[in-house]
Amino acid sequence: MKENPWLYTISSKQKLLHLNLKEIWQYRDLLVLFVKRDVVTVYKQTILGPLWYLIQPLFTALTFTLIFNKVANIETGSVPPFLFNLAGISIWNYFKNCLTATSDTFKVNANIFSKVYFPRVILPMSIVISNLVKFGISLLIFFGFYVYYYTTGASISINRWLILFPVLVMVMGLLGLGMGMIISSLVTKYRDLKFLVQFGVQLLMYVSAVMYPLALMRDKLPRFAWLVEYNPLAYVIEAARYMLLSDGTLSINGLIYTLVVTLVILFFGLIIFNKTERTFVDTV
Amino acid sequence: MSVILKASNISKQYRLGLIGTGTLSHDLNRWWHKLRGKEDPYLRVGDSNDRSTKAESDYVWALRDVDFEVEKGEVLGIIGKNGAGKSTLLKILSRVTTPTIGEIKTRGRIASLLEVGTGFHPELTGRENIFLNGAILGMNKSEISNKLDEIVEFSGCQRYVDTPVKRYSSGMRVRLAFAVAAFLEPDILVIDEVLAVGDAEFQKKAVGKMQDISQGDGRTVLFVSHNMAAVKRLCSRTIVLEHGEIVYNGDTDEAINKYLSIGEEDHDVMHYVSKDENTHVKDIEVLSENKTFLTGSTLSFKINMNSKPKGDFNILIGIYNKKDEKVMHLSSKDFMNSLEMNAKGEIVCHLDKNPLIQGSYYTNIVLQYNKDEHEKHNECLRFSVVNGDFFNTNKLPRLEKINVFVDHSWSSN
Repeated sequence: MKENPWLYTISSKQKLLHLNLKEIWQYRDLLVLFVKRDVVTVYKQTILGPLWYLIQPLFTALTFTLIFNKVANIETGSVPPFLFNLAGISIWNYFKNCLTATSDTFKVNANIFSKVYFPRVILPMSIVISNLVKFGISLLIFFGFYVYYYTTGASISINRWLILFPVLVMVMGLLGLGMGMIISSLVTKYRDLKFLVQFGVQLLMYVSAVMYPLALMRDKLPRFAWLVEYNPLAYVIEAARYMLLSDGTLSINGLIYTLVVTLVILFFGLIIFNKTERTFVDTV
Repeated sequence: MSVILKASNISKQYRLGLIGTGTLSHDLNRWWHKLRGKEDPYLRVGDSNDRSTKAESDYVWALRDVDFEVEKGEVLGIIGKNGAGKSTLLKILSRVTTPTIGEIKTRGRIASLLEVGTGFHPELTGRENIFLNGAILGMNKSEISNKLDEIVEFSGCQRYVDTPVKRYSSGMRVRLAFAVAAFLEPDILVIDEVLAVGDAEFQKKAVGKMQDISQGDGRTVLFVSHNMAAVKRLCSRTIVLEHGEIVYNGDTDEAINKYLSIGEEDHDVMHYVSKDENTHVKDIEVLSENKTFLTGSTLSFKINMNSKPKGDFNILIGIYNKKDEKVMHLSSKDFMNSLEMNAKGEIVCHLDKNPLIQGSYYTNIVLQYNKDEHEKHNECLRFSVVNGDFFNTNKLPRLEKINVFVDHSWSSN
């Protein structure tokens, strides 16, 4: 009788990009359960429960409106500044949450990772998906206020580009995933990066056109506008506002640039993540 | 029989000390060598992993050239002292980390029961955790649903199944976790020391389940344990690891003997020779019919004398356990006024059945002569006893807070 072929080999050698989709598919139930765990356990033993998902973006948007629009007089055109900020913050928060949570993947899950094997990439994937729930909730509030402002006569309208909105969200998620995977891989051995991420994300927000339109930056600070123009996040946020509020510009070139950058980052993220997952237990 | 798992030249290198700028420079150097297509410069260095000796280099080999094959349906034991590389081997087998050199090929799915309860989330209920834990261990949802009732029943936590796990007692958590893992159905199951969980009743249940798994349906099992009685009962073949290398691979009984003799050179003293030439006692030996000191087999002390002491003499043997408790006292005074020795100067104290429970022991031996003169040989012998079939019942007797076994019988006439 001919012997069965080897099912798999455990060795130090591996292809550079080893994304075993079949295996990930086998573990799809685990992905679902991780997502469920993340969503359900966050607000256990809190009184307000999922309301916390609402409170955070609301108050941030309120603060931004007071500081940047009322005090610093940033012009948002015909769009109510509060709505302008809420749109930016919602999509920015989705990116931020994906990035910060995935960048901790190896450290937080060291306990599980050092005991059982499952495709490691499941965990960052589950984070990106479970954050989608949070994002969905903040989008709901956004539409609540949208309807309110619309009925009180603010000149806002959605436009037909809105059908591409899911793509925009996906790009944001993948960008967060890619960057998070790179950081999580590096942070296992050298903890320095942890500190960089903490304030790096804050700084990144200011160059991502969250609380100002891209055009304003070009107008007021032309010397530093490139900082925003080279930032793929800025195009996503600008485009999201365009789709939702018909405000600002929709730069097709900018979006293509964003898409390419996202794919490159995701690709490198996967390579580094794959390389790290095999031995990180020894260095964490 | 077909080979289901084949490990060839498995080696694993670890770096000692802290991670800092030193590791960064090594990483850069390694990367530079790789870039030029050269071999990793740090693979050539490294000591064997002997914990007690001072390291000469920053690298250490936790495993070195480990080769073995496992056949389908076999229960393979892996034993070794602390730090012998067992856990590292298990980590590699369960794909938690990869070997530095070498490869393992397998024809089946491997799942491990390393430490049960991994991935339990305290806020989720027992039922939710069964699903989560099962999925982490590689089961899919329908498999778990099918076994849910069995798992809950086996764990004995029916009442708590819808309560968050954080409200569980630690024992219940372990029971639930073991129950999930016990109902896994991989081709190759790796078990590490899980038998030491729960209370006595649950342990019995767990051992029984393990036996079912390993014997019943022809599952291939790799069993890692310090519990020699369990290894002896479950494993058909056993590997002994020492300092990261396989020192024995074969018959389980032989492997256990080998395991017990590791490090004996350093600690056990079976033959004591008096350092002082002027003592009456020349040397003392402790002997048994077996190679190891099994409970229930013979135990004798052979004392060789340099010279006959003046007047009447007696020998007292005190046997102490690790806790420095005197567990036995053997005195020739109880038998005769004065000992005799044969022409060669030998005196033997013999026990037909060694009553000592498993553990290591030392002896203080005193020679009393000429009414009130003493010659003391404190802590002269050190030996380890392994649990054996004391009552000839073909099973190992229970060790319940006792120091010695007493031969006895039960009847009803």
